[in-house]
Amino acid sequence: MNQTISEKILSQHAGKPVKAGDIAIVRVDGVMATDATAPFAIKAFRQMGGKKLWDVERVSLIIDHASPAPNETVANLHKLMRDFSEEMGCRLYDIGEGICHQLVVENAHVKPGDLFLGADSHTPTYGALNAFGIGVGSTDLAATMLTGKTWLKVPKTIKITLNGELKKGVTAKDLILFLVKELGVEGANYQAVEFTGETIKGMTLASRMAIANMSSEMGAKAGLVDPTGLDLWYPFEPTFADNDAEYVRELTFDVSALRPQIAKPHSPENVVAIDEVLGTKVQYAFIGSCTNTRLEDLHAAAQVLKGKKLTSTRLIIAPASKKVFNDALKDGTIQILSDAGATFITSGCGPCVGSHLGVPGDGEVVISSTNRNFQGRMGNPKAQVYLGSPAVVAASALAGEIVEPE
Amino acid sequence: MRKHLFPLSSFLNLETNSDMQTTTAHVYPVDNIDTDRIIPGKYTKTLDMSALASHVLEDLDPEFSKKVQQGDILVAGNNFGCGSSREQAPIALKAAGVSVVVAKTFARIFYRNAINIGLPVIEVEHHNIQSGDSISIDLEHGVVTNHTKNETYQATKMPQQMIDILNAGGLVNYLVKHGDYV
Repeated sequence: MNQTISEKILSQHAGKPVKAGDIAIVRVDGVMATDATAPFAIKAFRQMGGKKLWDVERVSLIIDHASPAPNETVANLHKLMRDFSEEMGCRLYDIGEGICHQLVVENAHVKPGDLFLGADSHTPTYGALNAFGIGVGSTDLAATMLTGKTWLKVPKTIKITLNGELKKGVTAKDLILFLVKELGVEGANYQAVEFTGETIKGMTLASRMAIANMSSEMGAKAGLVDPTGLDLWYPFEPTFADNDAEYVRELTFDVSALRPQIAKPHSPENVVAIDEVLGTKVQYAFIGSCTNTRLEDLHAAAQVLKGKKLTSTRLIIAPASKKVFNDALKDGTIQILSDAGATFITSGCGPCVGSHLGVPGDGEVVISSTNRNFQGRMGNPKAQVYLGSPAVVAASALAGEIVEPE
Repeated sequence: MRKHLFPLSSFLNLETNSDMQTTTAHVYPVDNIDTDRIIPGKYTKTLDMSALASHVLEDLDPEFSKKVQQGDILVAGNNFGCGSSREQAPIALKAAGVSVVVAKTFARIFYRNAINIGLPVIEVEHHNIQSGDSISIDLEHGVVTNHTKNETYQATKMPQQMIDILNAGGLVNYLVKHGDYV
């Protein structure tokens, strides 16, 4: 049948076979909007004449971007979302429940084979569980809230094959930073990416999510991880690419010698091996975001910080969800991190998006486990933001400079 | 000060391609102008358009929102609008007076968002436009005319679905008109 994963999933949702380049109107399985995008979506929905949602069970509103509200303007936007959800009868995840993408996956609002629209650019995260997740803006989302459909161009696909076992201390984050450098921030624009190969097949869901998540940093429409080895808590039918699927580009990497990777200011493609930036002084460390603040990430940080004490550098942690926080509380991880001097903030996007809860000062250097370091991203264009894995962030927080975890 | 030279719809004139108006270009030949530089996240938590307009592109050019006049054209390099899905990015540009964005390429979410809110965007790989040049654009045929230099440039043609949405004035009006995707 020579279809990519994208062509298979989109054909099912178009109700007819489609191939790369085709324009199709497709049915959508679920949608999500956050406090950064839902207010405009609600406004557009009403302007479209929307009186009721196409399916209340398939719509989630999530308050995570500026949560809890830092000022009265945001408080009123949150209120608008609560009022809308009550009026329409759709689901709302209020403050502190977690980051949108974590909640959508944890609560199985998206499942393998689904086509899911999120009014957030990191919606390709759902490719980790073999679903086609597309980031859209508020008006596109409003249209789907109304019709249950959207229109799209079936993307061409780049196939990335990763072979070799990652060295100890090298993580999925390092891998995806390396790939963003290789492809560039525009390298997959308008296209989908499929990740396959032995390295990927042994990965946890959390690691797969980190990889799929940052496919958006290459401009990808979707980042689809080979479902081989995917372990979920419910049964599912995986969608594989055909052996003779047609790709626009095929890349193969042996990653067995990969070093921890760091993105330097001010672009996620400005990536170097950690060796080139060792010793860079940092004043502020952040572990958070839809990329890297799940349980395995907190475990990695705790492993570095157990029995240690932060001195000069402040470390802020925003667990991906209340569930992640509670799991880390039960297994002692939170205690270890708190004893080391970490500050925990509300589960949500936190300082990643520059709204509140930890804006860096002028000239300060930040080491962060997040996905973007555009100038001004964390709320101050005069700050320097470096990106790395949670273990690197924790070790650097402890040392006061960028170091490799022992 | 010039203001409201023409309604956007007559300027674009997608269906008839006649009586095209010209307007002034602001050129930033920079690649990867991301949504955080178009409108920083700290300003996006509002439904107030004028508040967005006053901060548009301020980290790239603090003078931009003062320089731009109603109907002007913004010209940029590759991958314009990469980063977040915030629709406030094209909304801020439109609210500031920008009538069309010309770039070598656009990031996909920005491209869609711009069309959806009725801000035309056009991909032109090769051009010689400089700040201050007088420009007119025919979106339907994908042709950009530089009246100052007496040159024309070929643009990537838009999918018909997008032209239909732009012709309706954006996705809201498209759905008001059709009730569904057609």
